Amino acid sequence: MRRQYKKECIAMLLAGGQGSRLYTLTEQNAKPAVPFGGKYRIIDFPLSNCINSGIDTVGVLTQYQPLELNEYIGNGQPWDLDRTYGGVSILPPYQGKKSANWYKGTANAIYQNINFIESYGPEYVLILSGDHIYKMNYNAMLQYHKQKNADCTIAVIDVPMDQASRFGIMNTLDDGSEKIYEFEEKPQHPKSTKASMGIYIFTTSVLLDYLRRDEEDPLSSNDFGKNIIPNMLGDGMAMYAYPFDGYWKDVGTINSLWSANMDLLGDSPAFRLNDRSWRIYSRNYANPPHFVGEGAVIKNSIVTEGCRIYGTVENSVLFNGVKIAKGAVVKDSVIMSGVEIASGAVVEYSIVDTDTKIGSECIIGEPVSSGAGIAVLGSGLDILDGTVIKGSEMINANTLAHI
Amino acid sequence: MSAAGIIFSNLHDRNIAELTGTRTMASIPFMCRYRFVDFPLSNMVHAGITDIKVITHYNYHSLMEHIGSGKDWDLALHSGGIKILPPYITAYANNVNTLYNSRMEALKSVHHSLQQIKQDYVVLSDCDVICNMDLNDVINTHIKTGADITLVAKHIDFTSRESHNGVMIEADENGRLTNMIIHPKNHTGYNYINMNVMVMSRKFLNSMLLEAIAHNYTSFNRDIIMKNKDIMDFRIYEYNGFVASMSSFKEYFSASMDILNNQQYMEELFNVPGRAIFTKVHNSAPTSYSTTASASNSLIADNCTIQGTVENCILFRGVKVSRNAVVRNSILFQDTYVGENASVDFTVADKRVVFRDGGKTSGTKENPVYIDKGTMI
Repeated sequence: MRRQYKKECIAMLLAGGQGSRLYTLTEQNAKPAVPFGGKYRIIDFPLSNCINSGIDTVGVLTQYQPLELNEYIGNGQPWDLDRTYGGVSILPPYQGKKSANWYKGTANAIYQNINFIESYGPEYVLILSGDHIYKMNYNAMLQYHKQKNADCTIAVIDVPMDQASRFGIMNTLDDGSEKIYEFEEKPQHPKSTKASMGIYIFTTSVLLDYLRRDEEDPLSSNDFGKNIIPNMLGDGMAMYAYPFDGYWKDVGTINSLWSANMDLLGDSPAFRLNDRSWRIYSRNYANPPHFVGEGAVIKNSIVTEGCRIYGTVENSVLFNGVKIAKGAVVKDSVIMSGVEIASGAVVEYSIVDTDTKIGSECIIGEPVSSGAGIAVLGSGLDILDGTVIKGSEMINANTLAHI
Repeated sequence: MSAAGIIFSNLHDRNIAELTGTRTMASIPFMCRYRFVDFPLSNMVHAGITDIKVITHYNYHSLMEHIGSGKDWDLALHSGGIKILPPYITAYANNVNTLYNSRMEALKSVHHSLQQIKQDYVVLSDCDVICNMDLNDVINTHIKTGADITLVAKHIDFTSRESHNGVMIEADENGRLTNMIIHPKNHTGYNYINMNVMVMSRKFLNSMLLEAIAHNYTSFNRDIIMKNKDIMDFRIYEYNGFVASMSSFKEYFSASMDILNNQQYMEELFNVPGRAIFTKVHNSAPTSYSTTASASNSLIADNCTIQGTVENCILFRGVKVSRNAVVRNSILFQDTYVGENASVDFTVADKRVVFRDGGKTSGTKENPVYIDKGTMI
């Protein structure tokens, strides 16, 4: 059958990563489905960026613990990605005629879905990952890619020189053209501060050509950063850096996830969620408004629908349906949906995952100024009255049994 | 059992004239993020009703905006779903081209659409009855008793009633309707009040409509119920749950405050397991409290910015209360802006009202101030 529609650019969102540095938060859950910012999941940011940028066809490549992620994405309706032509498609690894393969690496994941890409006949493919919090107009990047006549455009962000060795660094020509001549993964002595954001636009024909060649190389680890990008640079392809200067945060660790949540607080927050010109869409649940009881204190915090607050909340992010009893204190913490905190409990510098109940007089976490890290409570736990959990501790159902 | 739903969106608009100047009764904002119509709609959806018609009259722009495709109630369907029935005006000027004034005329005006209903039963509901009701039980009771019409009624004490709006139903010990008194005055003691939610079979509805058209009936209560009460079987279904019935602006304010101050009412309306109240999704960000914020005994929607003091308030989405502003005992609709040092007490501010820095507005519990959409104070 002849193709009835054609998309200029489609997005492929790599959402199969395990996110092992988020420990118990990703035990049952893929990293892109980790809750963030009161009512969102990490994947809401790239998905909302897509739809706000006019990209209405998105393949989401899943592999690790996809149940919750699949359910969350559903038919894509919250992001207006429930389209007759295009929309969101979940792309798990599948069994082929000859073999069944897990996604071996980021490039292999895309390679295994070349059919999907070709079915839309796009001129350009946008590659995204599901681990960052940012607002970005991909369409502006696409225009840049076309204007540069590039084979590949890589979004980069300026990072402090002393941190540059943690990133993949793009070295560009001095002539202001932003043409990339070298890529260094986590260099010990970085030559520039242009860190790759893991956002690529490829001209489709070039991408498919390199993916096929990479697949034939038995020594390749089938990864964009390790193989595809260096190979293309080696061949002298036209590769450009696209400088981005907005807020961008990798939320792949407990600390960064916590601090990105803290970036939402304040009268002029580092990252603004209530931006009507760039809405972040999410799956909404039917919750009543939140209730603030008599005697409750809420300061420098964000609170979502369905919460009932009678205690004290400071410098915290509360997801929907959180209950905080009179006399309970929550400070500098991220409390996910359905959590209940009983009277007299003190929770500070903690991340508490969904539906966990914290009994009265519990003491969870301790100030980071004391040198401790963020305490993490997994989901669905029942913390008995008077339990003390120190900073940096990671509690899940198994470790809880030993307290 | 299969049923279709019919919702009357503005039969009693004049009761709350303040809030229906630019909208239907159905689209009056209520409790931070809802509109009246969300309650009958959600009740119907939870009873498995997926074919719903909303009869409108005028001012229905806000209602159409709110309902959209119906997807927020899972009613964006190829088969059935939600349909708004605007007034039916024929191309030829004649006496047919008058807008309806009563329930009977409203039904007659859309009888062509109603004839397309395929379900065996029809639930008819007004939209100013705010409750979370198990309509399935009403429909099943209707089928079991074999009544011609089942009217949902609540047993209330008429002694303390301030308004004389509504319809009182008298029934015998079997629940069979024996009399109906419209706008009852000077009645004391307990009796049933009609909640304007009823169930009948499709066949009954259609034959009743044909009869009404043939004889030019104009009143449902007078020409159908009262005329036939002895020869047909009209029964009441007693509803025992919480209902906020609002027949004046004052009652709108007091009912809202009652729900705010009574946890039990909140539970009965919003926290019934498996029967959430659905509304239009706005994708608003969470509400942000600043270091200077102070809030107490208030219900607050998402996307508000609280820098000042809020006490005993109901705040809709996108309300901003600036530093040193004090808002008490008030209901602020979507996107109300309260400037610095402003003071607002016993006030209902419609959408996008601006209280300028230092502005003062104060009503009383009995007479809250109403401020029209978009006004600058």
